[in-house]
Amino acid sequence: MATFEFLLQGLLAAAQPLNLLYALIGVTLGTAVGVLPGIGPALTVALLLPVTYRLDPTGSLIMFAGIYYGGMYGGSTTSILLNTPGESSSIVTALEGNKMARAGRGGPALATAAIGSFVAGLIATLLLAFIAPYIVKLALVFGPREYFALMVLAFVTVSSAFGDSTLRGLTSLFIGLAFSVVGIDQLTGQNRLSFGIPDLLDGIEVTTMAVAMFAIGETLFIAAQGDKGPDKIEAVRGSIWMSAQDWARSWKAWLRGTLIGFPIGAMPAGGAEIGTFLSYATEKRLTKYPEEFGNGAIEGVAGPEAANNASAAGTLVPLLTLGLPTTATAAIMLAGFQQYGLQPGPLLFATNPQLVWGLIASLLIANLMLLVLNLPLVGLWVKLLTIPKPWLYAGILMFATLGTIGANPSVFELGMLLTFGLLGYVMRVFGYPIAPVVVGLILGPLAEQQLRRSLAISQGDVTTLVQSPIAAVLLVLAALALIVPLILRARGRGEVLSQMAASED
Amino acid sequence: MSRDNNKTSTEQRRPDRAALAIAAALAAIAAVIFLDVSRLREMAGYSQVGPATVPNWIAFALIGLAIWTVVEAFRGDFPEREKQQFGPVVWIVAGLAAQMLLLTTAGFSIATGILFALTAAGFGKRKLWITIPVGIVLCLVIWLIFAGLLQLSLPAGPLEHLFL
Repeated sequence: MATFEFLLQGLLAAAQPLNLLYALIGVTLGTAVGVLPGIGPALTVALLLPVTYRLDPTGSLIMFAGIYYGGMYGGSTTSILLNTPGESSSIVTALEGNKMARAGRGGPALATAAIGSFVAGLIATLLLAFIAPYIVKLALVFGPREYFALMVLAFVTVSSAFGDSTLRGLTSLFIGLAFSVVGIDQLTGQNRLSFGIPDLLDGIEVTTMAVAMFAIGETLFIAAQGDKGPDKIEAVRGSIWMSAQDWARSWKAWLRGTLIGFPIGAMPAGGAEIGTFLSYATEKRLTKYPEEFGNGAIEGVAGPEAANNASAAGTLVPLLTLGLPTTATAAIMLAGFQQYGLQPGPLLFATNPQLVWGLIASLLIANLMLLVLNLPLVGLWVKLLTIPKPWLYAGILMFATLGTIGANPSVFELGMLLTFGLLGYVMRVFGYPIAPVVVGLILGPLAEQQLRRSLAISQGDVTTLVQSPIAAVLLVLAALALIVPLILRARGRGEVLSQMAASED
Repeated sequence: MSRDNNKTSTEQRRPDRAALAIAAALAAIAAVIFLDVSRLREMAGYSQVGPATVPNWIAFALIGLAIWTVVEAFRGDFPEREKQQFGPVVWIVAGLAAQMLLLTTAGFSIATGILFALTAAGFGKRKLWITIPVGIVLCLVIWLIFAGLLQLSLPAGPLEHLFL
């Protein structure tokens, strides 16, 4: 039971008073920022990354864990109280949750979302702890070509398997990949695409790109839509506690949601918020109250919300064990690791087990803190929702630039922020997904290294890539993930896929 | 999408100019990559794999995507765009540009305060004589918290030097 011991050690490390304080700051900030309309988990994590710059790696990652889970909770509060479809992964929650809030049952909706997230987070984090060592063992037999194949699979699923257009998904991905070759080549030390500008030698910062694309691009996009009148925020009326019937209807939905969400998040091919949709469909089929669906059925909040959190914890499996980010949020977390010179993957478990297990343990602690904090503070979060748009977005841009300036106070960096912000805006206007750019930017150099290593071993023979059975299977899966959606879309079945798109802002 | 390709609409349809512009931009990026890595090509070792290999593959892919985009532009497969208002965009871009230019001379608070006010102006709050001072004071408080307590290196200007 080595896992159990490691986890216990991690809990002891994470339970030190200073680390508990970091976790508390993390969950509070994460929830507060995540609640703001238009800000999803990816942007929350990118905006708050600079807050952790001056801490030691352990403290910073613990705060990070809090921010990550806090951002998720915050997002569900927003979608229940403020019907903002298309905002983020919790779009399904808005379906039933907002109806419940309108019917004066906002309290129980928030409660079942919060408790369901807790249950799912707890189970999924434990599953993460117990599965991770096995995947690490498996990953140790992976050579460069297996890693390369795995990354190709991740590229395809993140960019083109879901969403409404293969073309636009792939274009986003390759824009990210093109930016990723800027700077000094890792293997030969050659300058590529830096045009003699010293600021570009280190490559393009993932956090700069993410903040620009998500925060500035989104702000410009919202501003350009003009004033469409204020959004309607549902006040939380009546009791916030769940009745016995609410409990009875919720608990199975929580468990089912967790079981659906975790494997989907944990697959290296994850990255889309399919779990929430599957969970919603499942609950709709199994419910004893089908007439309530569409009018505020509590299962329709409980299940998807649990699935959402479980798959968020699930994405940490490929991130921590393989160093493979499958969502924009995970890509930014990977950037957070890299800023301390840490590369997540099987080696990190061997060289720095305290850090990894401290992180996993602090996810458990953050989860518990959120349950305790979230419900009593609902009133405060509702107040945050009422910030008028001009001040909200002025504040978002203030913090977005603060992060970039804090990391690198240079005019050039701000210029990149502005350029990528405009790029993000144009991409939004034309319906290009944003997440593939960020994933391509961070995963590009890693994939290139693995590819060139495997080709160097085979002396340039490209067929080496399919000569290992594992790599061949992964590449076939990637090809299927590319071709099957193309056929589906050509036959007019594309709506299902575009509904499943991860519109992760 | 392709279901409603009935005859009348195909006759009216012209190629989507914006999509053609995107295709041109993708091809331009590919051209820049080809030009830049062409000087590296001789560097490839005897395995024929060097620093130019992957950028070239990416550039080829971008050209392929550009062609595909042209095809979709002619078939009218690009989604409808909502009408964009450019006034607010100009306000916000002006704010970001002002911050960029003022940062090193005027310091964090003044530069970011102006960004704050111009962004708010983009969303309809045009009373700059109120929003600029409010923004500057707000940014000064943030500067004190982040530069003072969290020790981030945020550039200091005349205002910040009063507190140092």
